[in-house]
Amino acid sequence: MIPLSWYMSLAAILFAIGVCGFLTRRNIIMMFLSIELMLNAVNLNMVALSHYLDSMRGQVFTFFIITVAAAEAAIGLGIAITLYRSRHTVHVDEVNELKG
Amino acid sequence: MINSAIVSWTAFEPILPEMLLVCIGLVVIVLDLFAGKHREFLPWLTVLGCITVMGMVAGQQNASAFGGMILTDSYAVFFKVICLLGVIMTALMSEHFRRTEGLLQGEYYSLMIFSAVGMLLMASAGDLMVLYLGLELMALSVYCLVGMHKGDERGGEAAMKYLLMGGFASAILLYGMSLVYGLTGTTNIAKIAELSGSGQLLHNPALLGALALMIVAFCFKVAIAPFHFWTPDVYEGAPTAITAFMSVGPKAAGFAIFGRVLISGFPQFHDQWGPLLAALALLTMGIGNITALCQQNIKRMLAYSAVAHAGYSLLGVISGTADGLSATMAYLLIYGFMNMGAFAILILLASPGNRHESLDDYKGLAKTHPLAALLMLIFMFSLTGIPPTAGFVGKFYLMKAALGAGYTMTVIGLVLFSSISAYFYLRVVRYMYMSDPQEEIEINYTAGISTVLGLALLGVVGLGLLPGSVIGQAASALLGQ
Repeated sequence: MIPLSWYMSLAAILFAIGVCGFLTRRNIIMMFLSIELMLNAVNLNMVALSHYLDSMRGQVFTFFIITVAAAEAAIGLGIAITLYRSRHTVHVDEVNELKG
Repeated sequence: MINSAIVSWTAFEPILPEMLLVCIGLVVIVLDLFAGKHREFLPWLTVLGCITVMGMVAGQQNASAFGGMILTDSYAVFFKVICLLGVIMTALMSEHFRRTEGLLQGEYYSLMIFSAVGMLLMASAGDLMVLYLGLELMALSVYCLVGMHKGDERGGEAAMKYLLMGGFASAILLYGMSLVYGLTGTTNIAKIAELSGSGQLLHNPALLGALALMIVAFCFKVAIAPFHFWTPDVYEGAPTAITAFMSVGPKAAGFAIFGRVLISGFPQFHDQWGPLLAALALLTMGIGNITALCQQNIKRMLAYSAVAHAGYSLLGVISGTADGLSATMAYLLIYGFMNMGAFAILILLASPGNRHESLDDYKGLAKTHPLAALLMLIFMFSLTGIPPTAGFVGKFYLMKAALGAGYTMTVIGLVLFSSISAYFYLRVVRYMYMSDPQEEIEINYTAGISTVLGLALLGVVGLGLLPGSVIGQAASALLGQ
């Protein structure tokens, strides 16, 4: 049987990759994907813990996270499309009208 | 005979206000589709619905429903009233705002109502799951509202920045929650407090790490430095009415979960999070007030002022006592009134094609529009914290709470930075009263915006002269738990 610490290490690594991706990538779509990666790390954590703790809460929580992530992706891509239509770019360094 | 007692409808009683609000939101969508030219009544329907829900919320019994997931204690009720007041005032000024901006009605009001549902859920969350769902329901609706104006490039940029930052913060929050779940085996906030206080978990570094992750995410949501950098851009780029809304509703709801998790969930860790948040509050006040000094755009100035006020409000939370929390709650209510008032003046001055958001547009306002200038003067005085306005009373109670808990340095910082803030708030007043008008701005007092101004004035002056009532209410809200 795979020990819990392996799952949690995998989740921690995934989460760290997501954080690094979010902070270094400058393409909006890639930044979204990094957030999704972070959320999936959380899902993995929750499901593994739920199994080892023998409690359903973690799995229920995971369902909610997946649902909300889908809604968030829909809204995020919608906003990215409106932004692309007006600016013709999805690069955050070029979207810089607001500053100061 | 069918047994009808399988579903006990009385169990739904604590979330009836939320359910009603969802129904109103759906009705608004349908009416928007079929009403055609008679859409003018949609804001009034929103206002009426929110007032009804506010009545229901105020009359609720202190209860815990769905296995402790939903708590309808007086703490929740107080925050719900602040959030609903924010929605009501925004809906009232939106009609005028839409006309000057040429913003299509679309789903504007229903999105606002759905975000209010999210805020109500956050206020009464007794479980991390409900807390997260409420937070996302509120945030997702607000992202859409920020990016609503498709013709405006700044709106799209603001929405994108808000969504990326908000999504990042939510992911951090969830990771913290998953660690807490792993260590305690539960997501119920009250149970977490029980378990984390017992023995070996108290000094567990993993639990401290999880708590730190959650605090970082909350700081993102309520714009505490150094996690505030999205605030000025989003506040400036969003439609003005939505900026006003964001600075009141979502902020209050953010503080509701901040207080709930820290004070109900991790009271034993006050020695760790108290000093940390005290330092962050000091930093926030400093950055907010000093950066606001050099702003020429009044909306951006108010955005930095919102950051500074988040720092002030944090003072009550860090004290970790019922007194402190009640000071924060009272301050958020007062801040709601005065900020809504200031933004209502901004919307009043905007005309089609020119938003009049620069400080120069306020020159000589007292000569051309004395009433608007006088109201702005009162709101600016209150934001500075000059007696007898409500802003002073709010700050006084915050300082009292923080002093009582022994955070003397933070209180000294608050006093210093509020005196710095007088420079940029009163600069608006100086421009209005001591400069000559540059161009004629046409002002049109519509029913909605006049009501908002009246309400805000009543709040700012009323709470300033009779502070006892609201502070007493907030305090009893906590003691009555």
